[in-house]
Amino acid sequence: MSEEDRHFSAELAVIGTGLAGFAASIFALKRNIKTAQVGNTGAVAYTTGYLDLLGSLAPDYLASIEDPWQGIEQLRDSHPRHPLCRIPKDDIFTAFEQFTSFLGKCGIAYTPPGEFNVSGLTPAGTLKPTLCVPATMQVGSAAFSQKEPCVIIDFKGLKGFSSRQVVANLKDRWPKLSSKRVEFPDMVSGEIYPEVMARSLEVPATREKLAKILASAAGDVKVIGLPAILGMHAPDLVREELEQLTGLQIFEIPTMPPSVPGIRLREMFEQLFPQKGVTLIPQQKVDRLVFIENGAQLSLNDSFGPISIHAKSVILATGRFLSGGLKAGVDGVSEPLLKLPVTQPDSRREWYREKYTDRRGHAVNSAGIEVDSSFRPLDNHGRPYSKNLFAAGVILAHQDWIRGRCGAGVAIATAYKAVEEVEKLLK
Amino acid sequence: MTQKQKRQTVETDVLIIGGGVTGAGIMRDLAFRGLQTLLIDRKDLCAGASGGNHGLLHSGSRYISSDLHSAIECREESTILKHVASQCIEETGGLFVAVEGDDPGFAENFAALCQPAGIACNPISIDDAKKLEPLLSDKLFKAYKVPDATVDPFRLALLNVAHARMINSSSFRPHTELLHFTLKDGKIESATCRDNQTNSILTIYANQYVNACGAWAMNIAQLAGCKDVNLLYSKGTLLVSHDRLTTHVVNRLRPPGDGDILVPGGTVSVLGTTSIRVDDLITVKPTVAEIDINVREGTAMIPALAKARYIRAFSGVRPLLQSAGGSDDREATRGFALLDHSTQNLSNFCTITGGKLTTYRLMAEKTSDLVAGRLNNSEPCQTHVTPLPDEESCKWTEPGASPKYWYKANDPEDMILCECEMVPQSAIDEIVKDAPGAEKEMTLKAIALRSRAGKGPCQGSFCGIRIASYLYDQGHYHDKTGLIHMRDFFNERFKGTRTVTWGLQAAQMELAEALHCGLLGLDNLENN
Repeated sequence: MSEEDRHFSAELAVIGTGLAGFAASIFALKRNIKTAQVGNTGAVAYTTGYLDLLGSLAPDYLASIEDPWQGIEQLRDSHPRHPLCRIPKDDIFTAFEQFTSFLGKCGIAYTPPGEFNVSGLTPAGTLKPTLCVPATMQVGSAAFSQKEPCVIIDFKGLKGFSSRQVVANLKDRWPKLSSKRVEFPDMVSGEIYPEVMARSLEVPATREKLAKILASAAGDVKVIGLPAILGMHAPDLVREELEQLTGLQIFEIPTMPPSVPGIRLREMFEQLFPQKGVTLIPQQKVDRLVFIENGAQLSLNDSFGPISIHAKSVILATGRFLSGGLKAGVDGVSEPLLKLPVTQPDSRREWYREKYTDRRGHAVNSAGIEVDSSFRPLDNHGRPYSKNLFAAGVILAHQDWIRGRCGAGVAIATAYKAVEEVEKLLK
Repeated sequence: MTQKQKRQTVETDVLIIGGGVTGAGIMRDLAFRGLQTLLIDRKDLCAGASGGNHGLLHSGSRYISSDLHSAIECREESTILKHVASQCIEETGGLFVAVEGDDPGFAENFAALCQPAGIACNPISIDDAKKLEPLLSDKLFKAYKVPDATVDPFRLALLNVAHARMINSSSFRPHTELLHFTLKDGKIESATCRDNQTNSILTIYANQYVNACGAWAMNIAQLAGCKDVNLLYSKGTLLVSHDRLTTHVVNRLRPPGDGDILVPGGTVSVLGTTSIRVDDLITVKPTVAEIDINVREGTAMIPALAKARYIRAFSGVRPLLQSAGGSDDREATRGFALLDHSTQNLSNFCTITGGKLTTYRLMAEKTSDLVAGRLNNSEPCQTHVTPLPDEESCKWTEPGASPKYWYKANDPEDMILCECEMVPQSAIDEIVKDAPGAEKEMTLKAIALRSRAGKGPCQGSFCGIRIASYLYDQGHYHDKTGLIHMRDFFNERFKGTRTVTWGLQAAQMELAEALHCGLLGLDNLENN
């Protein structure tokens, strides 16, 4: 095959294929902005499916908070530079609404944002405060709050998910919770994988076989929890059909990442975005980004040769160390694509506290790039790097998304804000 | 809730305090002589310097310029161990290399220095050295080959304990901390201990008491009122690379200094050490400055160390006898000291300290001679001639061995829990059932010490979750304590990773933290 240069042009280029990048493309679609999206990893596959807004409050991150909206108000006083504090509440709400309703229309239904956090169940039997949950997980949160009789079911050969563990850690607060192990249809020996189980449940015959097994495992109990394996492309239909076949209420609990709920999102975006007119180039890293008169030029290479994209605006949503948006070197943290200055601790000695699980978190996790009020990254002189460049997601400084349980919140809210600013620029 | 402390009494011939290789070696030596022992450790086997070193079986060449006596001991002992503990040893061979800037006089004279110690030290050409180790610096000007080797101290300690258990039911109790001795008529009558896991109190009555606590030996001796153990502490920090960079042990051909030994160990290499005098044993941990010094110095021998991926760092403390003095602690004697405390009016207590991994067997022999003699037992030592037998439950610490066992067994139901090091469920089963120090509710830390779990690039961030979930599954964990074990295990591994987290390891750390704290909430267990 001959190598041929491919050129695309767009009003907006989104760099990054994590939650922030996909959220930006969704908001851009909503505003009819012609968009191209590029990213080197499938970071979105590492999400559990839970969309948290704010689950714990800096600086001590003590107890989980129930009201994330009030939490943000408190954060505005204590940590005004936190990205969530730079966006009006109504905009954050709208961002979550638009994001979840888009996912719902694409076949992965979510609960809409509410006033309070709900408790998401984890495979360790702990609880994660989150704002929105996939519809497949909703029954679990509800059953927990109602303390309904429930059986957690796991599968022989599926490692890392033990129903006995979930029950052992929840039984003090959920006395009528019990555990059961079953065999997955046609996968009775050796190790089995959630992704393979999920894909096999897209086949009606497998669902019928599993339904019989589940009904028998549930006994008299009417609610059952499973590891997240209920189909890859139409989880809501799979769940609904299993509920009809069994007469039970069924919910999912996320497994260790990369887990099925994350892979669902990635595959759905990769399948649907091109149909909706987004030029999506996944699994590729942008080699070069230069700003020219009225826009930017992105250069990258895939196995068919070079690709260039001309865009009037760019949103940098490249994430942190895991996705390569930030680079941790012996001498400090850098931003590799544009060499943007990174706000960070003075020396590597200060990156980490002594104790890993210190509730106050680690200084290096709040390192990141600075933006102006329009979410334009700042250069070494504190001026916008380019009027055409915006940033979103956890690459932004002054937030610790891990301790704050606010990864999705920062991603979705800042993507919304950045796209709003892009629209202003394009007008 | 107040719990009434359970009290328990145990009797034994000999109580050995300190589960390093020396304590484990004494246990086996005394078992051969027909003496029953109880070995206790505040933490676990090899928790101190026995587990915090290069894993280098010294040929003796390293000490040739500073301590001829130690050099000869190393030569003799390493030869013995290669015969009797071959399963714990990899005969890698060693190189001594001088690079531009090193003292040519010292380099030229090295073989002549080794000669009186009887160490086989042969000069090789620079070309040959680079053929043996392609990553050596282009600035090499002198190289020698010596019979250095590597040793797995964990397996060594485990096998010594396992063999003693087999010979005469001698036993080992982890997490058992000595609180105080009861003295009576010039003797120790009993030792009162606390089980740090259950908080129960244990009183041990023994005929003889051995203090084999390494750097902690002074503290323990003081508990018996002995003022004749005076130690200085020299902290050494080492780091572990993701890949095995050399096949030989590579030593810098100069008087001992920072970052001048690179030791292969299974699939990784260990670079070290620094040497810093410390006043206490509580705050011993690697610092960023020590890491940077090791890497900078090591780079002079092996330039690839500058860009290598490091997965872990750790520190150990060399106990140095105070009389040693000198400006550089590495120049101080690396010999050992056996104190019988007769001048302290005690006739059934002794202390063994100093020395090094390579001479642990000799240290155990000398101590056992004293202890047996005091009990009028004249059975001779056997540890220099009788090979250390293998034991199934102790085989999991060997790097690269787990995958071999797993492929051989070819059991599809036996799932791999640690994917970096290929540790299967059956390894966990065997360790929980049979390994020295095994118990019903074993911590993840204790399991990791007895296997390769958590030693790979992910440093346990995934396998810690899988193993915990497996232990819940098997009924070993049954409440939130299992999550606390999991959290403690990650906190422990972090002590090793916090100073070497850059490059790819930073990505690994972000993923681990997102998983452990962001999703599972292990940073907030109290409130969950």
